[in-house]
Amino acid sequence: MQPLLSVGNLVKRYAAPRSSGPHDKLAALDGVSLSIAPKTTVALVGESGSGKSTLALCIACLERPTSGTITFAGIDLAALDENRQRQFRPQIQLVFQDPSSSLNPRWTALEIITEPLLVQRRFTKQERIDKACALLDRVGIPRKMANRRADELSGGQKQRLAIARSLALEPKLIILDEALSALDCSVQAQISNLLLELQSSLGLTYLLITHDFAMAGHLADQIVVMDRGRIVESGSAERILSSPNHGATCSLLAATPRIAEAHVELVIS
Amino acid sequence: MTPLLKVRNLQVAYYARTGEVCPALAGVHFDLNSGEILGVLGESGSGKSTLAAALLRLLPTNAHIGQGSVLFEGKNLLEASPQELQKIRGGRIGLIFQEPSSSLHPTLPVGQQVSDVLAAHQPLDRRSLAEKTSQLLATVFPADADRVSHSYPHELSGGQRQRVLIAQAIACGPSLVIADEPTASLDPTTQQEILQLFRTLRQKFDLAMILITHNPALLADLADRILVLYAGRVAEIAPTEKMLSSPQHPYTAALMRCLPPQAGEAQRARKAPLCVIAGDPPDLSPQARGCLFEPRCTEAMEVCRREEPDAFAVSATHEVSCFRFAR
Amino acid sequence: MRYVLRRTLHAVFLLLGVSLLTFLFSSLTPGNYFDEMRLNPQIAPETVAALRAQYQLDRPLPLRYLHWLNAVAHGELGFSFAYNSPVGPLLWVRARNTLLLTVTATLLAWLLALPLGVWSAARFGRAPDRVLSWMTASLLVIPDLVLALGLLILAVRTGWFPTGGLVSVGFEDLSPLRKLGDVAWHMTLPVIALVLAALPMLIRHVRASVAEILEAPFLRAAAGHGIPHRKLLYGYALRAAANPLISLFGFSVGTLLSGSLLVEVIMSWPGLGPLLLEAILARDLYVVIGGVLLSMVFLVGGNLFADMLLYWADPRIRTAASAK
Repeated sequence: MQPLLSVGNLVKRYAAPRSSGPHDKLAALDGVSLSIAPKTTVALVGESGSGKSTLALCIACLERPTSGTITFAGIDLAALDENRQRQFRPQIQLVFQDPSSSLNPRWTALEIITEPLLVQRRFTKQERIDKACALLDRVGIPRKMANRRADELSGGQKQRLAIARSLALEPKLIILDEALSALDCSVQAQISNLLLELQSSLGLTYLLITHDFAMAGHLADQIVVMDRGRIVESGSAERILSSPNHGATCSLLAATPRIAEAHVELVIS
Repeated sequence: MTPLLKVRNLQVAYYARTGEVCPALAGVHFDLNSGEILGVLGESGSGKSTLAAALLRLLPTNAHIGQGSVLFEGKNLLEASPQELQKIRGGRIGLIFQEPSSSLHPTLPVGQQVSDVLAAHQPLDRRSLAEKTSQLLATVFPADADRVSHSYPHELSGGQRQRVLIAQAIACGPSLVIADEPTASLDPTTQQEILQLFRTLRQKFDLAMILITHNPALLADLADRILVLYAGRVAEIAPTEKMLSSPQHPYTAALMRCLPPQAGEAQRARKAPLCVIAGDPPDLSPQARGCLFEPRCTEAMEVCRREEPDAFAVSATHEVSCFRFAR
Repeated sequence: MRYVLRRTLHAVFLLLGVSLLTFLFSSLTPGNYFDEMRLNPQIAPETVAALRAQYQLDRPLPLRYLHWLNAVAHGELGFSFAYNSPVGPLLWVRARNTLLLTVTATLLAWLLALPLGVWSAARFGRAPDRVLSWMTASLLVIPDLVLALGLLILAVRTGWFPTGGLVSVGFEDLSPLRKLGDVAWHMTLPVIALVLAALPMLIRHVRASVAEILEAPFLRAAAGHGIPHRKLLYGYALRAAANPLISLFGFSVGTLLSGSLLVEVIMSWPGLGPLLLEAILARDLYVVIGGVLLSMVFLVGGNLFADMLLYWADPRIRTAASAK
């Protein structure tokens, strides 16, 4: 089956600023290739500085790669100029880590969801409101919160709102950049269930960027491990988690905090 | 052995400008012994950060500490004078706040910020101060302590800033360190390094710690006991092993079930929906009656709607605030 | 270093632009010194024409400007028609007098504003802060004119202070120490007027900047480490709040020559202010241009000074600047 998105030998270099600490060297992408099959979830795992966010920004056409191809539904996005790229933006959406800073705290929930619809200029006001309410229902935000300002919502509700906003333009691919990392455990569970449900009912494809192997293992079909701008290992989730090959994968797995196996068995039973 | 810290019936409420009162902590109690690490597990709204600030009376001006007592080394901190408090803060109790990026002064070199803590509590001349500072930084930065000492916070990584905060907290050899989400914004590898640092410090200095977090997995290998906070009240307190393997309080049990299958363990069905805790976050208004977890509890009883449960002992070291365990 | 050079170059361009504009505007204003002369029937028209030629007022504007620019580059600021002497020495003497006043007043105002502002910020919203805010608001509302006049009335009624001037009669005969005392005595009221005029704004700025910083997480963290209260306020809070205050200080430096015009005129202080006022009224072109230019040098210099100070004080600016 043809992949929905395939990245070919992507390279991105930034000019490093002078007199900054060593950790500040902006991550280059050094020849990254991967493919994402439709209606699946690929998890991109790596330390900060490994290039995962840069890759996400390039795929979402928010950064221009230095060289390489990004083929989406058969078309090379990297080769298009900005105007043509903009036509594809609705199909690739982003959800960020911190909903407090990715949502305008002064806008109401309804305003936040209708904004992308407004920009598209295809819908009447009533259509926009109807679509927005339908989306709020979809993500589990009660209708009475529709006119509340974003800063009055809880962390979990804000993230649901961010997801609803990303669904507004009926995308094919949603990039979740550490979208679950800042949430409490119980809220993480709710949001991850929501994501799974949306995937099965809407046929969405996810690119999940995270450094949490547990979540990656739970949500993803494929796991891709990045280290210093390169992909060092990739494969099915089961394989990577049970028998990792590369040193970076092993050390990341080892570093993931976990409750010992004995503890978990008893909780499940 | 008398506990190092005895907290009894700690109550804190926030006053909004409209006159509304929002109780953040409603009767927290626990003991902490020397050299013991207590993990405080709580989600947003549980009052965990309020607890950290309240112990040292560092709450914002619109917060009011009600009844209760915080006995540290025999002294009630809630009744201490400002001078006594100033000596204890940083001197006998170290504090590591959240957000390393905003907990350091932006225009002072990091080394000086550590020196200032030393200078505030110990009368040292300049040379001894400089020596002690570099020793301290060498403890937390095994490699380039010298370079870091002259750097400014914006030139350091998140992990490095966190280490500076730790250096400040242990500078004067306190007997207790309170750490509020110390690894929240860090990478897994850096997280492990910081946790390892805590272990080393506990061993070397016999340090007692209160480690506040929302991630139970962080406490698994580090904490001796875990205290679970829900809606400003202690839901359960037990030794770590017990808490993680057989939590008794319905909230704790539900929380543990929420966790995704641990990486590398025997696979449950992947992509199966996770268990969630139904319902909304707790209603913290002063009018709330009964057990605050009752609306979401799968095992609620009639009495739970009417009264708030006390802490009932399940064993000598395990207490649960739930009517299911009432004698 | 590159930062310094860049800013200095900006400053020079700015000054050139200002000089051109000033020259343009003053030349284009209706009337000139000699119109007055022409009205005087005792002076023959030929004399006026000759004088005009002597002062080159009959040459076209661009040439006059270039000629003047050339002169300035050589340190000559032109010629004053009214005083019949070169502008340079005239300005320096008056500027020196003004600076005596304003430097003292500025230093005093800042030395008072900093502790008062910090004190107020530490008690933000509580009674002492409100009282001080009310006082500064009242002071702010009173125009400088009224302040100066009020002090003048005080001087006249009580006789404790002189009612104007730089020195007393018989100044030449005093001993050096006495001379100093005499000048200081004359300076007192104008300085008080200037300080009272500047203080409220400064206090409010210090208070606002520090109050904002007092809410910052790093200050709570420092308090959590037991840093003593005074050090928290001055060593930590004020230091972090320094940026907007440094800019404000630059502005204070910038207005050293221009800010005291009103007070000088009212209190008959022989400074730049009264000179400029007379020159404008008498259409004494080169004095006006010279005075404005000098003030601008201070303004631009003050800004430059503030930029340098910011660069030195804030490591984040140093990092950002070298990244460019």
